[in-house]
Amino acid sequence: MKILVAVKRVIDYNVQIRVKEDGSGVVTENVKMSTNPPDDNAIEEAVKIKEAGKATEIVAITIGEEKAQETVRKALAVGADRGIHIKADGILEPLAVSKILQKIVEKEKPDLVFMGKQAIDDDCNQTGQMLSALLNWPQATFASKIEVKENSLEVTREIDEGLETIEVNIPAIVTCDLRLNEPRYASLPNIMKAKKKPIEEINATDLGVDTAPRVEQIKIEEPPKRKAGIKVANVAELVQKLKNEAKVI
Amino acid sequence: MAVLLIAEHNNNNLKAFTLNAVTAASQIDQDVHAIIIGHDCGDASKKLSELPAIKKVICVDAPHYENFTAENFAPVIIKASENYSHIVCSANTFGKNLMPRIAAHLDSSQVSDIIKVISPDTFLRPIYAGNAFATVKTNDSKKCITIRPTSFDPCESSGGSATIENAEAGEEFKSTKFIKREEVKSDRPELGTARIVVSGGRGMQSGDNFKLITQVADKLGAAIGASRAAVDAGYISNDHQVGQTGKVVVPDLYIAIGISGAIQHLAGMKESKIIVAINKDGEAPIFSVADYGLEADLFEAIPQFMEELNKLNTIQK
Repeated sequence: MKILVAVKRVIDYNVQIRVKEDGSGVVTENVKMSTNPPDDNAIEEAVKIKEAGKATEIVAITIGEEKAQETVRKALAVGADRGIHIKADGILEPLAVSKILQKIVEKEKPDLVFMGKQAIDDDCNQTGQMLSALLNWPQATFASKIEVKENSLEVTREIDEGLETIEVNIPAIVTCDLRLNEPRYASLPNIMKAKKKPIEEINATDLGVDTAPRVEQIKIEEPPKRKAGIKVANVAELVQKLKNEAKVI
Repeated sequence: MAVLLIAEHNNNNLKAFTLNAVTAASQIDQDVHAIIIGHDCGDASKKLSELPAIKKVICVDAPHYENFTAENFAPVIIKASENYSHIVCSANTFGKNLMPRIAAHLDSSQVSDIIKVISPDTFLRPIYAGNAFATVKTNDSKKCITIRPTSFDPCESSGGSATIENAEAGEEFKSTKFIKREEVKSDRPELGTARIVVSGGRGMQSGDNFKLITQVADKLGAAIGASRAAVDAGYISNDHQVGQTGKVVVPDLYIAIGISGAIQHLAGMKESKIIVAINKDGEAPIFSVADYGLEADLFEAIPQFMEELNKLNTIQK
């Protein structure tokens, strides 16, 4: 069984982002970048499945500028076998990304495609579902547990009401929740070994996919700031303020 | 052209946030039609038809729609979408799972989780966990929009009498099988719509200690929230998680206890009207968004808090 795992390079989750003054976007220069957190869970799950002898090959793929390749290299260091870097500049919307992934799926013919449920930069939560639609494959979104069966997966999904369990036939798409597993760190020897693993580079333009954005970004701005609050000295003062000042209890 | 709203329901009743989505849809265009897909969902479709803002209800009823599987829903909605300019749904796990599957088929670049309708093609949406707001304009002829329910008021729920039109069911998608749903039943208000939310974080130290949060919530008639750290640690189930990848809440009062306030948690609660933070670390980021901060050991503060609340004659619920 072959698993394709899609990873995205985003501003690190610990960074407090800054909005550019001209309203054109957020500052990305000299800002720490890393793999989108739930994409790390997607890689980890694929590696665990391979370690359990249920997968034979893991291919990590990313789409984006030159430096996006770092995320593939990191995936190789934790256990992916080879990488694919689709080179593309500028804003890529989930629709464009899923069309590119569709082309690669048609070429690579994986049995499963894993990715994070949501990218923490644009917060769209679309790509996995869109790819499933384009391929007409089943989709197991927001997965917090995956059990590999003969020709299917049993997936526990995190939903607003609690948990839902579904069974999807292979081939299938899974989008991963942060609670799916605990991503491992790459060891130094594995980081060294990863440098020798192959990464195939493909230009997005060669895939015949129109990646031009459909949604215009008119303006990016800072959200309204909250008024500074106060520290209260003790519980009695807190309750008194809530009762008489804020009038919420 | 009119707007097509996808109703979220449990076959008997509409889910509360359907009413918020109707409000957003009416802000796009006054002409709102709603589609409801389910099994034996006559009661829910009747309730949908009673919303005065809805002009027409399309009901699709078949056994394979009982569990709201996106793979079954999408083709029906795509078929119905022909006469509409917009397709709208709530950005909760139901809508997040479903809408992109529709959008991709329609070759439409979806706009997710909008918090404001600026014009029928221009919307405001949070990005980077709400640390930036993007004004975006979509040029697709069919616009697929998910809305953040807590950013829109619920619509009027009675007095309407829209016609209910039954539409033909689509084929069943056989490669996805529903097995079970584990819903946590509780008498407390729902987290998404509660007037008061009491949340606990890693500082609670154990699932057992989380009972302290329950006590406060019971006293205040509040819903219970949690940080991701508390859910990861197994103190409480996932449906309580507030944050970027959990639920977004906008209560009148949000009480964060033992929560440090990571960016990802703030994303889910910082629009609350009044925020209280109780934390022993005076430098915790949660204090930067708190209206009232109490620097204290929560294991001393909570019993005192209960005592003070008990002294009050009346507590609004």
